[in-house]
Amino acid sequence: MMGQGRLAAWGIGLAALVALPFVYRDPYHLHILVLILIWSFAYTSWSMMGRFGLVSLGHGGFMGIGAYVTALLWNHLGLTPWIGIPISMVAAGALALIVGYPCFRFRITGHYFVLVTLALSGIVLQVITATRDYTGGSLGYTPNRAATNRLLALQFDDKTTWYLIALAVWLAGLVVWHLVDRSMARYALEAISEDEDAAAAAGVNVTAEKLKITLLSALMTALAGAIYCQYQMFITPDTISGIAVSLQMVFAAIVGGLFVSLGPTVGAIITILLAETLRIGFGTKAVGWDNLVYGVLLVLFIIFLPKGILGSVLDRLKPQRKVSPNS
Amino acid sequence: MQAFFDVFDIYLLEAVINGILLGGVLALLALGLNLIFGVIDVTWICYAELVMIGMYAMYFMVQFYGVSYFVAAPLTILLVAVLGAALHYLVIAPLLTAPPINQLLATGGVLFVLQSFATVAFGIDFRNLGIRLPVLAFGDMNFSYARLLSFVAALVGMVAVYLFMTRTFTGTAIRAISQDRQIMALMGVDARRIYLITSALGGALAGLAACLLVLQYDVHPFVGLSFGPITFLICVLGGLGNFIGGFIAAFVFAEIISLGGLFSDLEWGYVLAFAFFIVMMFIRPAGLLARRR
Repeated sequence: MMGQGRLAAWGIGLAALVALPFVYRDPYHLHILVLILIWSFAYTSWSMMGRFGLVSLGHGGFMGIGAYVTALLWNHLGLTPWIGIPISMVAAGALALIVGYPCFRFRITGHYFVLVTLALSGIVLQVITATRDYTGGSLGYTPNRAATNRLLALQFDDKTTWYLIALAVWLAGLVVWHLVDRSMARYALEAISEDEDAAAAAGVNVTAEKLKITLLSALMTALAGAIYCQYQMFITPDTISGIAVSLQMVFAAIVGGLFVSLGPTVGAIITILLAETLRIGFGTKAVGWDNLVYGVLLVLFIIFLPKGILGSVLDRLKPQRKVSPNS
Repeated sequence: MQAFFDVFDIYLLEAVINGILLGGVLALLALGLNLIFGVIDVTWICYAELVMIGMYAMYFMVQFYGVSYFVAAPLTILLVAVLGAALHYLVIAPLLTAPPINQLLATGGVLFVLQSFATVAFGIDFRNLGIRLPVLAFGDMNFSYARLLSFVAALVGMVAVYLFMTRTFTGTAIRAISQDRQIMALMGVDARRIYLITSALGGALAGLAACLLVLQYDVHPFVGLSFGPITFLICVLGGLGNFIGGFIAAFVFAEIISLGGLFSDLEWGYVLAFAFFIVMMFIRPAGLLARRR
């Protein structure tokens, strides 16, 4: 699939990305890059299922579980995030299966699926707020600082370490994306998103295929939440879970392009740079402006460029390329 | 986030009755959304944000310009109705042939726009009308007049919509088009006009809900998030586009929230309601009143 030239381009690009923090050390810019990488990973996780027409607004919930379970286990039980993160991922995965199974078994699709998953992120947000004795409610939550062993606590002060961690996670996300892209599951899922009954008649196990991709997506999203929490060391239910975060994922993935591997990354770059530019340019007066611009862009993109920026550009460059079956 | 329905006292009966009163307003919200869904086959994710804009309109007219509440209310209803029609004209109409998910996501974009517009224009302060209606004491139980009034007004609004849908030509056309989109165009009904009227009607119901909610709750840019999700769940539980199902589901949900809040924190009432919703999706995936296939 991948030609020599593309492989070389990826290799050089990666080498440049790894080398970057050792050459360029401005902490603010590195901070932005880390955020971009973490959110890119989250958006990629979302589009793992979003590209097959499974639009979920529950991913804010998975992200919240990843962040809060990891932080709670660390603070209350002293469990290292090295164990806590897998546990939080399993928790998110279990929730995805519990909600996903009836949805797929009973053919809940389209609007219904979106609204059921919306309930899911609503539940997670309300549970976090309701258990305020443990989670700090809407005031937010901070993992305790580790006194001695930084590595065990997965807490680092220097941006370079975090940059490399985020880069590795982001890269892993892309690798998973490509593995799915080249698997049989992709064809099965594309068939399902076109016509479920026809796919079932052709021998595709619709429920199982959808569950697999949902599980994968939920696990990755929980990891993104946990990494975000470890990096920022402060989480609130509104920044890490709930419907607003879910919509933010959908927005970035659509703007960048759902159907190409780097699309969500492009979406993350655009959204985060936009938010930061507005924040620096206008200061506190800019509160709300970034979302205003997002919202307008989201509407315009869905109407005029449903394949997203990167998707449309790639289509323009390679008119011979086979047409993406979705959209 | 500000607790939305925080009126519960220790008495069970009081909670039950308050649940019924709450159910009236929820049913009104669900009715508007169901109307849009049933006729145009679109989910307005930003429905609660239209209500939020309406609440701000009420606040500014009553509190800022000193307009009487009963003059401001029709103006607000009209304003939100125009907003609903504009939403359809600008966002939904260009997307009518796109996959349904795109329409839903586009209204998600509108949700961002309305929320941040309110943040930018009005700030994030909590504002209220400053009207404090008396409390009705009945035995040992207390009910606020605001709730009672909302309940009655919501019922009146719903009856009016019912009459409009069954007794007028336009209403009949709206119901017909929700049954068969293709044929109605051949029967001489202008689908675009009907869609626009339906959207305006859905907006008007949101405006009415705004006039009632502003009596009980403070308005702030994110107030929509506190009752928007509940409204969607009610519609899904009742079966999208099913008016009677939505009506019943609204009261079921209101009772769960009301009673759940009675025994524990308010948020747990919500958690219970959400969990109930997901369990119901196992049992009745197509809505409360749907027959099993």
